[in-house]
Amino acid sequence: MIVEIGHYALALALGVSIIQALVPFWGIVRQDRALASVGSSAALIAFALVALSFAALVTSYVRSDFSVGNVVANSHSAQPLIYRFTSVWGNHEGSMLLWVLILTLFGALVALSRNSVPPRLRAGALAAQGLVAVAFLAFTLFTSNPFERLSPAPAEGQDLNPILQDLGLAIHPPLLYIGYVGFSITYAFAVAALIDGRIDAMWARAVRPWTLLAWTFLTLGIAMGSYWAYYELGWGGWWFWDPVENASFMPWIAGTALIHSTVVMEKRDALKVWTILLAILTFSLSLLGTFIVRSGVLTSVHSFATDPARGVFILLILVFFVGGSLALFAWRAPLLRQGGLFAPVSRESALVVNNIFLATACATVFIGTLYPLVLELLTGAKISVGAPFYNATFIPVMVPLLLILPLGQSLAWKRGDLLGAAQRNAAAFGLAVLAALALIAFTRGGPVLAPLGIALGVFLVLAAGFDLAERIIARASGWHAMFSRAKGLPRSAWGTALAHAGIGLSIIGIAAQAWSTEAISVLKPGERLTSGRYTIVLEGVTPRTGPNFRAEVARFQLFSGDREMAPLEGSKRIYTARNMPTTEAGIRTDGLSQAYVSLGEAQDGGVAVRLYDKPLILLIWIGSLVMAAGGVLSLTDRRFRLAAPKRAAPAAAAPQPAE
Amino acid sequence: MSVAQPVRPVPANPLPTKRRMTRKQRRLALIAAAGVVLCFAAGLVLFAMRDSIVFFYGPTEIAEKGVAPGTRMRLGGLVEVGSVQRGADQRIGFTVTDGNNAIKVSYKGLLPDLFREGQGVVTEGVFEGVGMFRADSVLAKHDETYMPREVADALKKQGHWQPGGDAPTPAKP
Repeated sequence: MIVEIGHYALALALGVSIIQALVPFWGIVRQDRALASVGSSAALIAFALVALSFAALVTSYVRSDFSVGNVVANSHSAQPLIYRFTSVWGNHEGSMLLWVLILTLFGALVALSRNSVPPRLRAGALAAQGLVAVAFLAFTLFTSNPFERLSPAPAEGQDLNPILQDLGLAIHPPLLYIGYVGFSITYAFAVAALIDGRIDAMWARAVRPWTLLAWTFLTLGIAMGSYWAYYELGWGGWWFWDPVENASFMPWIAGTALIHSTVVMEKRDALKVWTILLAILTFSLSLLGTFIVRSGVLTSVHSFATDPARGVFILLILVFFVGGSLALFAWRAPLLRQGGLFAPVSRESALVVNNIFLATACATVFIGTLYPLVLELLTGAKISVGAPFYNATFIPVMVPLLLILPLGQSLAWKRGDLLGAAQRNAAAFGLAVLAALALIAFTRGGPVLAPLGIALGVFLVLAAGFDLAERIIARASGWHAMFSRAKGLPRSAWGTALAHAGIGLSIIGIAAQAWSTEAISVLKPGERLTSGRYTIVLEGVTPRTGPNFRAEVARFQLFSGDREMAPLEGSKRIYTARNMPTTEAGIRTDGLSQAYVSLGEAQDGGVAVRLYDKPLILLIWIGSLVMAAGGVLSLTDRRFRLAAPKRAAPAAAAPQPAE
Repeated sequence: MSVAQPVRPVPANPLPTKRRMTRKQRRLALIAAAGVVLCFAAGLVLFAMRDSIVFFYGPTEIAEKGVAPGTRMRLGGLVEVGSVQRGADQRIGFTVTDGNNAIKVSYKGLLPDLFREGQGVVTEGVFEGVGMFRADSVLAKHDETYMPREVADALKKQGHWQPGGDAPTPAKP
């Protein structure tokens, strides 16, 4: 019964979304306020219905209702409760339902944020957002229905893919989807502005919190996914330039550009046409990502169900929304008035440069991701584009951008002073150069580019810190004055500094991986293996039984140099339902570094072991957390709090740390 | 990003008349700047396309296309049953076949969990000529019923594809 209610609610939600898409639009055309405001109620009802539907699916999973095909295929009664719960989105159908749930949630949030948005704009945005909801609800209902019954019901389920039986599944997909789908709001506002033919700083102020919110969650989602892959897959790698990763990375880059261009629009009423285009492109990339992940057109280390009907349906959605909005853009953008002027050397120009570089970087990822697909379509040749391609394209585009980032941050609006900006960053730059020289001297004969990468990271962190310090200390006399100055700084200034410092921290962590080491050997009890600073001694291998798996657990003593650290355990598990093995890496955190042990097969009375020394690797994810914290601080800036009523303040949903 | 308080007060006359550009000039300057960056990136992409892209071949394609020894590539097919040999020092040898042709692969390292005889595999490495391949990575799969798409296609080409082997598999969101 619950299952039928869920199915029915989903179908109803489709109907309500059709109303949400059409009636407000009709209201705008007819200049009828009552009709235009229908969108708000429809968005709230649609969310309530999808939430009901989602709750129904969750109930079926938690109760292990094996009369539902989706539950049978992806769950098992022996799974711990948390994995029975997360199994809901550990499969195609359920994750589409989560997608739609978040989509309608954002619609509801827009409907609730009454005061911050002009009513006409809100009506248009809700209509556009409703149209997206219609497309994805129809997709879910007609090609990916999670509520299909199975008769007769099997006694037991087939278990969730063991790789997904991890806490990462509870955190990563929801965070990522909030980010991905959050950009639908900026898209909807862009479409509404184009329909309206009017756009101003108000628009930017209305859109900016949504962009920040989506960006913050996307940052956390990507970082969490990366950490999950790092500890779960047992290769010690944290980013593979896999098409599925790129699918989430492209909207992130475009979203980063969008955050910066909306600032220009909000403060200076410039870059309007570009910002609108960027808002459309960002969500288009989200849709493209959904297409890549959901249709299985690209090969990846992730494996995905390939169903041509689904692929074609999402492709149609993609073409409709991308093509439609770009056509609307071509038709209406010339109506938008030109914005404010600024000098070639100014904060605005710096942000324009930021956007040029980010758009270009995004384009290189785009080409690397889609070129194999196009080539195969045209010539039948199969190629793979991996890390070497991105190292040779993406990184050279990003480095100049990051080098000039602190300069741009020090320039004034309208007309800046390049020499002054350079002087203000000279200290940070000098210290970074010193750091590079010291590193090169210490690690002679080691990697060449890595010290420069670390120096770049140090430069970004110091420049962000110094910039803040200067504003707090300048012209302040005494601690008290400084404290009140620090308190008086707008939260967005703290947010900016944190986000930029976060990038710097991540870069330091990434560059430090040039010094990571790896050793591999077959160990018998008592034997040792050394890699980098770490040495492990195998104590023994013992069998262990989990709720739905058997495991062989290898226990190691761990030494960093001569110092003994807490012992380490790595294991091989066999999940009984699918008879599928997984490797659970043993990881010991040592400051910001990690010792990482991964098991291979048992052989010759011993076990194959791989040991990594991963120096400073935690900085990669700590940097991402700091970036996200910057996003949250910017979100709580006074001007957004004043603009929006409390209950709609998007910052209320403070993100959880990604670990 | 955003800063509500400018660091310093904005000068009263923001744009000195002498250097003021017309809107058209500004736009041209912008387009030129964007063009330079894009050209730079296009150059990088073209360069990288030549050097850092690897092709995927099945054993038969290698034989037919006359792939030159020393070529970096991905090789895919089925792990021939009974072909896996473990040497000392984590050295592993196995044969990748598509039913018509076979290539011997040597690999040093840990195999992914789902590496099995008789199952599909994708390896990346260097083709050494005369049916030998030195792999530096064996790609993991996420699900045991999953057949890498390239492998499935290569097998189909050789007429050794049995449908039913690619049952829909659970996907990672």
